[in-house]
Amino acid sequence: MSTSTVESVRVRTIAIIGNPNSGKTTLFNALTRLRQKVGNYPGVTVEKKEGRITFHDGSEASLLDLPGTYSLTANSPDEKIATDILLGRTAHTTAPDSVICVVDASNLERNLYLVSQIIDSHLPVVVALNMIDIANSEGIKIDFNALQQQLGVPVIPTIASRKMGIDELKKTIETTPKSNGVVRKWSVPEVFARECDELIDLLKNYHKVSEPLAFHEALDLLTTQTPSPHQLDRFSYELMEHVKKDHRRLDFLGIDRQSVVIEARYKWINNVCAIAVTQTKHADMSLSDKIDRVLTHKVWGFVFFFALMTVIFQSIFTWAILPMELIGDGFDLLGQQITRVMPEGDLRDLIVNGALAGVAAVVTFLPQILFLFLFLGLLEDTGYMARAAFIMDRAMSKVGLHGKSFIPLLSSFACAIPGIMATRTIESPKDRLVTMLVAPLMSCSARLPIYTLMIAAFIPSTSLFGILSLPALTMLSMYLLGLTAALTMAWLLKKTLLKSAPPVFIMELPRYKLPSAKTILLKMWERARLFLREAGTIILGVSIVLWFLATYPRLENGTASEQINQSFAGRAGHLIEPLIRPLGFDWKIGIGLIGSILQREVFVSTMGTIYNIKNADEESGTLSLKEQMQNDKDPVTGKPTFTVLTAICLMVYYVLAMQCLSTVAVMRRETNGWKWPLFQFGYMTMLAYSVTFLVFRVGLWIGGGA
Amino acid sequence: MAWVHEMNEVSLSELLPGEKGTVERISHAAATVRQRLMEMGVVRGIQVQLIRFAPLGDPIEVRVGGYRLSLRRNEAQAVLVTKDVT
Ligand SMILES: Nc1nc2c(ncn2[C@@H]2O[C@H](COP(=O)(O)OP(=O)(O)O)[C@@H](O)[C@H]2O)c(=O)[nH]1
Repeated sequence: MSTSTVESVRVRTIAIIGNPNSGKTTLFNALTRLRQKVGNYPGVTVEKKEGRITFHDGSEASLLDLPGTYSLTANSPDEKIATDILLGRTAHTTAPDSVICVVDASNLERNLYLVSQIIDSHLPVVVALNMIDIANSEGIKIDFNALQQQLGVPVIPTIASRKMGIDELKKTIETTPKSNGVVRKWSVPEVFARECDELIDLLKNYHKVSEPLAFHEALDLLTTQTPSPHQLDRFSYELMEHVKKDHRRLDFLGIDRQSVVIEARYKWINNVCAIAVTQTKHADMSLSDKIDRVLTHKVWGFVFFFALMTVIFQSIFTWAILPMELIGDGFDLLGQQITRVMPEGDLRDLIVNGALAGVAAVVTFLPQILFLFLFLGLLEDTGYMARAAFIMDRAMSKVGLHGKSFIPLLSSFACAIPGIMATRTIESPKDRLVTMLVAPLMSCSARLPIYTLMIAAFIPSTSLFGILSLPALTMLSMYLLGLTAALTMAWLLKKTLLKSAPPVFIMELPRYKLPSAKTILLKMWERARLFLREAGTIILGVSIVLWFLATYPRLENGTASEQINQSFAGRAGHLIEPLIRPLGFDWKIGIGLIGSILQREVFVSTMGTIYNIKNADEESGTLSLKEQMQNDKDPVTGKPTFTVLTAICLMVYYVLAMQCLSTVAVMRRETNGWKWPLFQFGYMTMLAYSVTFLVFRVGLWIGGGA
Repeated sequence: MAWVHEMNEVSLSELLPGEKGTVERISHAAATVRQRLMEMGVVRGIQVQLIRFAPLGDPIEVRVGGYRLSLRRNEAQAVLVTKDVT
């Protein structure tokens, strides 16, 4: 039958694994020639990168880029996925057919630790000895043949960033046998080995664990201090009792169960390196060290750090404006063209004021997102990101967080979604949760259009003390407010709901290197595409729905103002008006708030939609949104709808409120349930409401309401 | 306290920038920290060197074999080394 043949042709899978910063991703890109897609592992939001690799004989295989890890003893969700996939422990996948283990040649000892664990899995493995250029420049000479002989698996020298060794690597993978069949060469004390063998037998006979996995599980069971959930879940009570007895016996004999295997592996590694590696010169102070002398200096380190942050913000606010305006003008032009050629009617209205406005709202964001990911990419690829964590850890620890939380929080300045996803590197689940919960308080780029609009319209562009411009200062205050709120909430959460011990901070400081344009461009492209696809579709949909809500039910005759008043949107706005009056907001802002629960930036396009429609028959079509908002008057009292204070309140509200459905969705996936996203939505809305209320009251009191 | 240190045995957090030491043992106080440190190469017999303190005094940067590791003083306290006299 045809179905059975389809099933039997299973594509071979090859997994790439390696330490962080070993050049894994670069190698993956070189092997797949960018034929890849990014997805998620089922159940968890660890990014799954999969690509196609074509061999010389034309056959294809699927290449899986596993998250970087130092060992197969999982500490974080990322590492757990890497281990589970590699050992075939997940329900959905079997173990890969072969493995490429990427090794940083300039740091062979530590990298070989993972290699030794993988060799024990008996999977066919090829070692890609990467970064040999760097190793050479540091005077490290590696005898490839000797290394290959010692390891018992093929070793291929590569320079992934220059695509060197890629062909040999492919050829070698093509011809690797089904199992590496290497006999374990590192040794542990005899008693330990005996218990281990006994356990392997039990696992194989009673728990249907296959050979290489059984060895790994047995080691895990014997060395663990407290059984993991996985172990309790997978193995019977009897087995766990047996393990307990083993523990007691080994402890009694004075064997340090935790260190015995690790030390045995490192002992073996030392022997391997003694044979295969020669250090020809000793660089006393590398370039990285010289750079670090300045960049982690007590004074210059912070000067540089804050200067860098300033440059990043400046560039987003100034450089990104030009392309944004160009894009905006382009869409305006397009709208005018369509208005000219199409007959008047609902359809034209829908296209120009609904769809086109939505698309424009999405696309004008791209410059900012690209700029932010350009900078984040640069920080990451140069190696500075780890220094930022190093510098900021002490400060972060004041609120009970980890230096590593700094990076996700920093990323949240672009968008909380990648920020939340970047928390995967944080090992402690509670610290990770706290970071995720406060990440959306950081002012993301989606708030920027709101700030920009409000500031341009209502904050006088004068300067304070001659140098500080008031608009820039206002903008900065909003960012600082978000930051302060995030840190305070983190501190509060760590003290109360998510109380836990201070997190562990053990982090490699990678060598500085010149960033690779390709790596960064690829990342920018990936993020931009993700934004266009995921956020873009939501914004577009909401724009059209909002256009509909603001247009129907149609009034036969009446001004545009009456029309919107009567529309579904207007009614909803009126409905919540009593609720938001205490914040100084009217029903139009109400519509904006409702519409932007899905996505903050929708607020601007909603305002655009509302005012565009409103002024369609008033011959003021060329007036910009900003001017229309300035001119807008309350029809009853004749007072302006927006004042400086309203503008500030609105910005404050948006700084603190969780007006982003995509973030809620990501949170749900990351935390595997609705509890935390709902909690987050609730606390942020409450926080936003109360702080805005306070600001409004204080503002009125001061007299800023005039 | 009556810790009977070996002649030069100090904790890694007590080294000064530039000072080197050889790892003797890692205390059992925190199992995860211990596991992680050992797996990253901080094992008995390896030479470590304290490179610098972070600008705010914590964490610290340590050279382990061929690479740089940063860890908090708190964690470094668990690592006991004999100071190399040079
Ligand atoms: N000099 C040199 N740089 C490399 C080599 N392989 C990768 N890189 C660079 O090392 C950095 C980190 O690589 P990446 O693939 O992101 O590492 P990953 O964290 O293991 O995925 C990038 O800037 C690469 O361009 C190599 O063989 N030699």
